[in-house]
Amino acid sequence: MDVLVYLIPIALFMGLLGLAGFLWALRSGQYEDLDGSAERILYDEDDEGGGDPPDPAR
Amino acid sequence: MSDAAADLAPSTPPAPAPAGTRLARYVRRDRFGPALHLLVEGVRCGGCVAKIERALSGVEDVTHARVNLTNRRLLIRWTGPDERADALVAIVEQTGFPAVPYDPGRLDDEDAREDRRLLRAMAVAGFAAANIMLLSVSVWAGHAQGMSDLTRTLFHWFSALIALPTIAYSGRIFFAGAWGALRRGRTNMDVPISLAIVLASGMSLVETINHGDHAYFDSAVMLVFFLLVGRFLDHRARGRARAAAGRLLALRGEAVTVLSPRGTTVALPPEEVEPGMTILVAAGQRLAVDAVVEDGTSTVDTSLITGESLPAPAEPGTKVFAGTVNQTAALTCRVTAAGDDTLLSEIVRLMDVAEQRRARFVALADRLARAYAPVVHLLAALTFVGWVTLGGLAWQPALMIAIAVLIITCPCALGLAVPVVQVIASGRLMRQGILLKSATALERLVGIDTVVFDKTGTLTKGALTLVDTGADASALAEAAALAAASRHPLARALVAAAPPGPPAGAVREIAGAGLEHDTPVGPVRLGRRDWALEDGEAPNDDTAAAGPELWFHRPDQPPVVFRFQDDPRPDAGAVVARLKAAGLDLHILSGDRPPAVAAAAAALGIDHWRAAMTPVEKVAAVEALAQSGRRVLMVGDGLNDAPALAAAHVSLSPTSAADIAQTAADAVFQGDRLAPVVETLDVAGRSDRLVRQNFVLALGYNLIAVPVAVAGFVTPLIAALAMSASSIVVVANALRLSGQTRRQDPAAGGAAWTSSST
Repeated sequence: MDVLVYLIPIALFMGLLGLAGFLWALRSGQYEDLDGSAERILYDEDDEGGGDPPDPAR
Repeated sequence: MSDAAADLAPSTPPAPAPAGTRLARYVRRDRFGPALHLLVEGVRCGGCVAKIERALSGVEDVTHARVNLTNRRLLIRWTGPDERADALVAIVEQTGFPAVPYDPGRLDDEDAREDRRLLRAMAVAGFAAANIMLLSVSVWAGHAQGMSDLTRTLFHWFSALIALPTIAYSGRIFFAGAWGALRRGRTNMDVPISLAIVLASGMSLVETINHGDHAYFDSAVMLVFFLLVGRFLDHRARGRARAAAGRLLALRGEAVTVLSPRGTTVALPPEEVEPGMTILVAAGQRLAVDAVVEDGTSTVDTSLITGESLPAPAEPGTKVFAGTVNQTAALTCRVTAAGDDTLLSEIVRLMDVAEQRRARFVALADRLARAYAPVVHLLAALTFVGWVTLGGLAWQPALMIAIAVLIITCPCALGLAVPVVQVIASGRLMRQGILLKSATALERLVGIDTVVFDKTGTLTKGALTLVDTGADASALAEAAALAAASRHPLARALVAAAPPGPPAGAVREIAGAGLEHDTPVGPVRLGRRDWALEDGEAPNDDTAAAGPELWFHRPDQPPVVFRFQDDPRPDAGAVVARLKAAGLDLHILSGDRPPAVAAAAAALGIDHWRAAMTPVEKVAAVEALAQSGRRVLMVGDGLNDAPALAAAHVSLSPTSAADIAQTAADAVFQGDRLAPVVETLDVAGRSDRLVRQNFVLALGYNLIAVPVAVAGFVTPLIAALAMSASSIVVVANALRLSGQTRRQDPAAGGAAWTSSST
């Protein structure tokens, strides 16, 4: 049973990774516009030659 | 005057400001350059989004343009001067979507922050609950199959390591609520919740340190998680409605063009304008201050203030008010009141006061909590005393049992009973185009006995249509060709009624009178009776028309009259009949003229009506009804209704309403039908029954669980099972509300409401 001492922290760490991923997504605005993202995929922006609207952060 | 002019100098550019700088003050500069936040109205699908973004991405200096479809906001960034803002907004408006700038710091983002805070807390609690439950299952299995004390204590320590930070982080929401209530000497649902969470985790920590058998970390964290799910859903369901209604500042947003004594013009934000200044108001511009017209003739759309559907003429000497729109020609006015002294601000203040009075309503759950919390706490105390004195236990085990009572009675199901029903009810209403804004709106709708309607725009469509007066088609077509040149509501209604045709050229619009067009044989006129018709031409007829009319004069032909009326909403009669059948007392309070109101009241069968009311009188009337012991539902759409909407026990507003009315109302409904009023009342009644059933279920569970807990038989396993089971029962019961939707929708024709909104 000693192995539990390693296994449980490893399991918790992996769970925490998932949680951190979710919180990152939340912080970076992935959930800001759920409706828009669902609709956007239906519209081809490539034919305008621009692709995504340019992001000034780059 | 000279003082005012002196004030202008430092805060404004020295040169006369070009006309296109009125939006520049909304531009925010950050490290990426200028940015403008806009609220775009009418965006409904990805197509609209693509259209706007494509139009903007074609502009050379625009670096970023993105529409958020969820909250209808547009962020534009560009390189260059701030003054480009006006040109960019013009490009957006050319795509057909009106855009209003807003200050992102002032509007929101309290709501969005709260949303994210709840989501974060819920995610953390969910993660913790899942992991602790895994450990707990092992411990429970260990109780049955044998687990060494050392291993169990290890598992408890792991649980504690997960649970304690989680409770500190996610539980803050409840602790803050409980502390806020206690500080004001009250209790709410958060008090027993917080107490149970704190005691459960504290006792479990002591047990863990002492290598005890039982730790309740799983129960504490699960409780936090379940309750946060309820809170988050509740908050989300109403977030969108609130976002749609938070546009109050658009009314006062536009800059004012001030004429300085030297003859130059400067654009000033409304808050810097002072009484006595002379301002220029262009056609189509919304006034931001109260003023008296000094020069020019025009018509002013006062619908926002008075609810009157027809624009009022404005000529030198006429008082015009902030919030109204100058329609036909430029006016020069002298400011009489600005900022907080305007009539508009007065109405907003009236609304705020009325709203504060209403804020005293206590939600059902909180009322229950006030009764419930003391009982539970007393019970726990009695258990402790009982076990020590009568049961002969030492104080430590007796305290354990008392805390177990608190944990098992912790209102998990009780805390979910209301939010779950609320979420399902608001989801059901939203599918029908009704957006609930206020948390307690559904509860307040129950027990309504009086419904007060506004007339224009609420019972009626608020738009004028041509009454068929038998005018021949050629006269109609000719008149429509003339009317096409005007933006006057009557002219537009005439154009809408006529078959499409080419507009007439060289039409003059005479403000407050009508339209004129010269032909070789003489002038053709369309407008007011005494202006349009030649002397002696007026026919002897029934002039006692209730609605507005337009006279059409052509040389050598008899005059033609076009009459207009504001049609009631298509189902207004049916809705009134159903409300009456339900035993409700119906009233009309209107700012319109008495004959028009009387006609509408008679047509719909509403006995009590009052006309020509000011906003203050409307509030007084609603409050008089409330004081005679009635519970008033107010349905209204105008700015003039806003204070009354806020004063009523509960209020509804169509989405065609003035923004401020939507802000004041508890719920807004889409579409051109009135049936959502009935539907809302119906859902409110059903939700109320479900909430009460849920309370009975939750209390019934306590009746079983409490004796077990008092007797000292509760283990963490039993607590976890009981808590989950009662929560599931409550949620399942609430789900019946959405089940009923699917069966009833086709028959009620409810689906039509959502699609009819534009």
